[in-house]
Amino acid sequence: MAQALSVEDLLDAYRTMKTIREFEDRVHVEFAKGGIPGFVHLYAGEEASATGVGMHLRDDDRLASNHRGHGHCIAKGVEVKGMMAEIYGKRTGTCRGKGGSMHIADLDTGMMGANGIVGGGPPLVCGAALAAKRKGKGGLAVAFCGDGASNQGTVFEAMNLATVWKLPVVFVFENNGYAEATDSRFSVSCKDIAQRAIGFGMPGRIVDGHDFFAVHEAFAEAAERARSGGGPSLIEHKLDRFFGHFEGDNQKYRPAGEVARLREETCCIKRFAKKVTGEHGITAQQLAAIDDEVAKLIDEAVAFAETSPEPEASDLLTDVYIKY
Amino acid sequence: MARKITYQQAINEAIDQEMARDENIVLMGEDVVGGSGSDGEMDAWGGVLGVTKGLYGKYGDRIMDTPISESGFVGAAVGAAASGLRPICELMFIDFMGVCFDQIFNQAAKFRYMFGGKAETPVVIRTMYGAGFRAAAQHSQCLYPLFTHIPGLKVVLPSSPYDVKGLLIQAIRDNDPVIFCEHKVLYTMEGDVPEESYTIPFGEANIVREGDDVTIVAFGRMVQQALKAATALAKEGISCEVIDPRTTSPLDEDSILESVENTGRLVVVDEASPRCGMAADISALVARKGFSSLKAPIEVVTPPHTPVPFAGKLEDLYVPNPDKIAAAVRATAGYNA
Repeated sequence: MAQALSVEDLLDAYRTMKTIREFEDRVHVEFAKGGIPGFVHLYAGEEASATGVGMHLRDDDRLASNHRGHGHCIAKGVEVKGMMAEIYGKRTGTCRGKGGSMHIADLDTGMMGANGIVGGGPPLVCGAALAAKRKGKGGLAVAFCGDGASNQGTVFEAMNLATVWKLPVVFVFENNGYAEATDSRFSVSCKDIAQRAIGFGMPGRIVDGHDFFAVHEAFAEAAERARSGGGPSLIEHKLDRFFGHFEGDNQKYRPAGEVARLREETCCIKRFAKKVTGEHGITAQQLAAIDDEVAKLIDEAVAFAETSPEPEASDLLTDVYIKY
Repeated sequence: MARKITYQQAINEAIDQEMARDENIVLMGEDVVGGSGSDGEMDAWGGVLGVTKGLYGKYGDRIMDTPISESGFVGAAVGAAASGLRPICELMFIDFMGVCFDQIFNQAAKFRYMFGGKAETPVVIRTMYGAGFRAAAQHSQCLYPLFTHIPGLKVVLPSSPYDVKGLLIQAIRDNDPVIFCEHKVLYTMEGDVPEESYTIPFGEANIVREGDDVTIVAFGRMVQQALKAATALAKEGISCEVIDPRTTSPLDEDSILESVENTGRLVVVDEASPRCGMAADISALVARKGFSSLKAPIEVVTPPHTPVPFAGKLEDLYVPNPDKIAAAVRATAGYNA
């Protein structure tokens, strides 16, 4: 089932993962400096998950995300400058400064939105999948959920409905071990979220979410099942987040030194680079060139966001059907 | 060509005509077909009260039974609306909003604004509301003020067979989420309804009866109750103007204010609970923007602030009726500052 990945594909995957990492590391820095308002939840450490899935998605496929959505946006093709401007609350943002980090959406690229409500996305994805099924062109929809959302009733209902209506949906659970400050070993009632697939009549797989190749291969199978009318699947990515639940999180619930250790031991980008330079004939210079390109892109995105105008006062009352 | 049909038949006809016109319209809900997956007949129910009966035979898999799973299928309707379909979603009783409200007020209602004006969510959520069936506290509520409170939702309360057809067709063609509230007692009401398709715009009140002494603003089923009161009061020499706003969001403020400017007296009749409901809202509107027109304190007629009771005697006491409305009108008509 695994598709052969060309050198071009692998370089694209590296570029996407690196873009997400740089984006998030930079948002972390700029947030600390006070340039970014509101709540921000960073995705660093989980890049292989969004990227391995995103590479299978067509433009007409739809994706619903969650609080930790920047990586999903980038992997679905949302333009990075607009995202950064949105996070800064600027008029040039993806949602013209009216959504913010937790609500970046770009329906033109199939991105149905990050979501401020844990478990908000999966029911929506069933509808997107219904629309795709009625079109009959093999489209699919994917919902990204965390281990926290895996306990929400909306998610159970969506999984049941997806099987009942045989919808082309893939539910991807990114289990990073913590729902906010609560360990998934406490909050999830079964050992693996993937076990829940059985109860909803769909296949469930556990995948090493740090391994781009494992993610890519598992999603290929689920996507094939969805596109060919076989119905929904569940995939659990076991992975780690390198920042707190939100920026400003003291992370005292994590053992001392955990993040530093994870950055050293489980970094999906390091692992990917080692593999592709060792086995696929890609050179360190090729990766370094992408690093430079990405660094420049993120610099430009921050500059764009910082210099972009605030929304106009009149924007308060646009995009509504009535003004009182 | 108008002929007499019921409110329920008018709803079915509106959906039928729209589904024939636009194949992106799908209908989903609990037992809107009835019989899915069973060994018996399909279209066994056509909705719990038979409102959508017969549509399955015409439109097949565009009419979809759902599991009893409101968050799942209401959310699916919202997601489908954001993905190119125009779903009509039946929430069997408005009381069940408690198990799917997030998908309505945090998702559907927010998309257009929160996504910078780049999203449309053309979903209609049809839902049955109101007391009168001895259905008690969890199947009889009038929760439309809660939806009215949320920016991004349009809320419709049709009061007659003619209105329900025209307003439903308007709702289906609208590009924003619409909460379409059907009073269960009105389903059997008969009235003149044109066979052809027509729309009634949102935010335009209907002056159901003209009068000069007292303005009665009434919602949904209460429009018919207010008309009965107005007929009785006319015999006493009190001339009532009865206004049906038709939609609580958007609300036609001007028609209400213009009427009160003429009559100077206002009674608001609402079947919803008294606090933060339409009676309080319309009273506040007129107190703020029509104060100089008022010749008497505003009267409101609502149920008491209790859950809807089961026993028939208690439910009858609970719901506003023509006698209570007439008493409120007499109070304001007889007030002299």
